[in-house]
Amino acid sequence: MKRLAQHTLFWPAITLALLLVASSLFNPSFLALTWRDGHLFGSVIDILNRAAPLIVVSLGMTLVIAVRGLDISVGAVVAIAAAVAALMIGGSFSATGEVRSDYPLWLALATALAVAAACGLWNGLLVVKAGMQPIVATLILMVAGRGIAQLLTGGQIITVYYAPFFSLGNGFLLGLPVALWLAASLWAALHFVMSRTALGLFVRSIGGNPEAARVAGVRSAAITLCVYTFCGLAAGVAGLIVSSNVKSADANNAGQLLELDAILAVTLGGTALTGGRFTLAGTVIGALIIQTLTSMIYSLGVPPEVNLVVKAALVFAVMLLQSAEFRQLVSRAARGSAT
Amino acid sequence: MNDAAIVLRARDISRAFPGVQALSGVELTLRAGEVHALMGQNGAGKSTLIKILTGVYAPDAGSIELLGKPVTPQSPIHAQALGISAVHQESHLLPNLSVAENICAGRYPRRPWTRGGGIDWRETERRAAELLASLGINLDVWQLAGGLPAALQQLATVARAVSTDARALILDEPTSSLDADEVQALFTLIRRLRDKGVAILFVTHFLDQVYEICDRMTILRNGRFVGEYACARLDAHGLVAAMVGREVAAAVGKTAAAEHAVDNTSGAPVLAARNISRRGQLKPMDIELKTGEVLGLAGLLGSGRTELARLLFALDARDTGDIRIDGQPAKLDNPGDALRLGLGFCPEDRKHSGIVADLSVRENIALALQARMGLTKFLKLSEQRQIAEKLVAALGVKTASIETPIGQLSGGNQQKAIIARWLATHPRVLILDEPTRGIDVAAKQELMHEILELARGGTAVLFISAEIDEVVRVSDRIMVLRDRAKAGDLPRGADENAVYSLIAASHKA
Repeated sequence: MKRLAQHTLFWPAITLALLLVASSLFNPSFLALTWRDGHLFGSVIDILNRAAPLIVVSLGMTLVIAVRGLDISVGAVVAIAAAVAALMIGGSFSATGEVRSDYPLWLALATALAVAAACGLWNGLLVVKAGMQPIVATLILMVAGRGIAQLLTGGQIITVYYAPFFSLGNGFLLGLPVALWLAASLWAALHFVMSRTALGLFVRSIGGNPEAARVAGVRSAAITLCVYTFCGLAAGVAGLIVSSNVKSADANNAGQLLELDAILAVTLGGTALTGGRFTLAGTVIGALIIQTLTSMIYSLGVPPEVNLVVKAALVFAVMLLQSAEFRQLVSRAARGSAT
Repeated sequence: MNDAAIVLRARDISRAFPGVQALSGVELTLRAGEVHALMGQNGAGKSTLIKILTGVYAPDAGSIELLGKPVTPQSPIHAQALGISAVHQESHLLPNLSVAENICAGRYPRRPWTRGGGIDWRETERRAAELLASLGINLDVWQLAGGLPAALQQLATVARAVSTDARALILDEPTSSLDADEVQALFTLIRRLRDKGVAILFVTHFLDQVYEICDRMTILRNGRFVGEYACARLDAHGLVAAMVGREVAAAVGKTAAAEHAVDNTSGAPVLAARNISRRGQLKPMDIELKTGEVLGLAGLLGSGRTELARLLFALDARDTGDIRIDGQPAKLDNPGDALRLGLGFCPEDRKHSGIVADLSVRENIALALQARMGLTKFLKLSEQRQIAEKLVAALGVKTASIETPIGQLSGGNQQKAIIARWLATHPRVLILDEPTRGIDVAAKQELMHEILELARGGTAVLFISAEIDEVVRVSDRIMVLRDRAKAGDLPRGADENAVYSLIAASHKA
C-alpha cells in the first residue's frame, strides 16, 4: 500500500476517482453506458470525447516542460490550424446538391498540421537559437497567432459544410469516438517514442540533467527544436478536432485559454514545471480531471456567470489534495487533535 | 614578534561534521599590519575555519580572541560588528543597486528631519565616495554595481567589508576570477589596508600571490594544523610538501613506467593541440597525446587542469589555437564534434555534469554511444543491455541491476558507470578529470587499474588528479600546470619530488 501511494500516478488517479464518484452522486446516471446506433453513449464517453483536444495539447506541453521549457502559444496555434483547415475545406454546393470540399480533405488536413508544426518550430527557434525565455518566446505567438487566425478568417466564423471532415470530432470508430482514438494513439505513440527510441532517450536525458546530456555529446538544440515542433503539431491536431466538432473555425474563441488548461493538466498529472522527470500517463489523467470538473459544473447547472469562479474553487481544492505539503499539514493537524 | 600587535588569535579550534572531523586543534594568529596566508589543499579545513571565524559555525572546542578579549561570533553580521569582516570568492554586491547603495547597505544614513528616517541619499553617496577615496579606489559611486567589471566589483566588496571598521579582514580566494592586472589593483588595495593596521587573512591557491603579498602563512592539512611560517623562511617547494604532507626529500614509490613494461607510445600523436587558450582561464599552451599512453596532468587547484580538459573537449570555446586529430586539422567546436572524433570526457563534477540521476544505469551507459549514432539509428534495447551488462561486469560496477536509476548507486559506482559510458563509444582519447575524487580507496585502486588496462588497449588517456601520488603512479608522462600555464613536462619515471619542484619552480630559492 505504501509503495502504491508513492507511485507518481497515485494521487492524480485518486483525484480523478473522487471526482467521478462526486459526479455520480450528483447525477445517478453519470456512470451509465448505453449502446445505441452501434456506439457507446454516456457521460463518461462524452467526457473522454471532449477531453481529447486537451489531452493532445497537454501531451505536447508535457514534453516541452520536460526539456525545461513552456509553450503558452498552443491555444493560438489551435485557432490557426482550425482556420487553415476550415478555409481549405470550406465546401460549396454543386449543381446536384452534393457538397464538395475546395481542396482535397487530405491536403487541407496536411496543410493545417504543417502550419501548426511550423508555429512550433518558430517557438523552438526563438528559444534555442535566439536564447529567449520560453514563456516570452511563446508569448509572442500567443498574441500574434490569434491575430493571424483572425486575419485568415477575416474576423468571421468560417462554417464548414463538407461532411467527411466532421468525423474527426463527432465520428465513432468501433463504438468509441474518433477523437478518443486519436488521443489514445498519440499517447501510445509518444510512450513508445519516449521509452524505445533514441529521441526519447535524448529528451529524457536533457530533461533530467541538461549539462550531463551536453557533456555526453547530445545535441540538445536539435532535440529541443523537435520537441517544440511536436508541441505545435499536437496543437494542430487539437485544432482539427475542435473545428471538426463544431463544424466551423472561430478564430476568436477556438483554443481560448487552452494553454492554461494544458499547463494545469501537466501539473495535475505530476510533472514538475521545473522540468526533468515527466509522466505522459499522468498528463492524460490530469486532462481528464479538468474535463470532468468542467462537465460536472455544467451538469450541476451552475449559472454561466459564476462558472469560472466555481471552476477555480474546484481546481484549488484539487491542487490542495495533490500537494504533499498540504497533506502532511492535514495529517499532522489530525494527529494533533487526536492526542 | 611583538604580541601587542596580535589582532586575532584562534586557539585549538576543533569542529566535527557527521562522519568527518573537519578541524582538530587548529591555531591561527593574525597580526596588525600583516597579510597572512591560509594554505591547504581541498578539504584541508580552510573554509570551515573561516566559517567559524565569521560565526557561520560554532566550534566544538577552542577559543577566539580579538584584541586580547575572548569573542564568540554568532553570525556573519555579529562577527562584522565585532570587527571581523570577510569577502568571499564571488563578490556579493547587489547588481541592481549603485556602488554607494551597496557600500552603505544595511547602514544607510537617515535624514534626521523626517520621522522614521528617510534615507539620505546624498549622504550615502558622500560616505561611499569618501571611503573609496581613502582607499585610493577610483570609482563612480552612483554606477550600478552589476555593470562593473569583476575586478572593480571585488574592490568595492573589499571596501564595503572594511567600512565597518574591520580589525581583521578575511579574503577568501578573492583573485580566482581576476586577470593579472586586476590582481595587482586588488593587491594595491590590500597593501594600503595592511599599512592602516588591518590584519588580513588571505586564502588563495596561487603560490605566486602568496609570496608576492603575504608576510606569514598558516598551513592546514586534513583538518590539522601543520604550522605557521614566515614566508621568507619557507620556499614554495617546502610549502607544497607541507600542504600535501610528504617528505619531499625522500624519493617516493615506484612509478608507472616501471610497471608499464611495453612501450607502445611511440609514433604520431592521436591528438595534438597547439597554442590553445581561453581568456582568464588558460594561457596559450600545446599538448599532445599518443596512442596507448597515459598522460598525467598535475597542478594545484586553479592551475588550469579542468580548464584545459574542457577546451580539449570543446565544452568551452577556445579563443586561440587549433586541434589536430591524427595529424588532420579537426573541426572541434562542441562536445558533439568531440564525440564524433573519438574523444571521451568524464567530468570532474559527477552529479552536476556526469550522471542523469533519474535514468537507469543502462541508459546512462548507452547515452554517449547513442548520441554518436544520432537520432535515426537506435541502439536496440537488447544491444543496450548487452553493452551495459558487459561493462558493468568488466568495471565491477556494483548495482542491483542495470535498470536501477543511477542516482541510487554510490559515488564510486556512479563514476565507473560514467567511465563505462565512454568505453562504450570505444574512444581513441579519454579525458578523465578527477575520476578518483570522493570515492573510497578500494574503488580508487580498481579505477587506476582500469585506466592502465585502457591505455594498454590503445586508448590515449589524459589523467587529471589533484592527488599527485596518483598521477605519478599511473602516468607514462606528466605535464605540470601552474597558474593557468604549462610549467613543464616530465618524462616517464619522474617521481613526486620532481612534480613538486615544477609546481613550485618559480619560487625556488
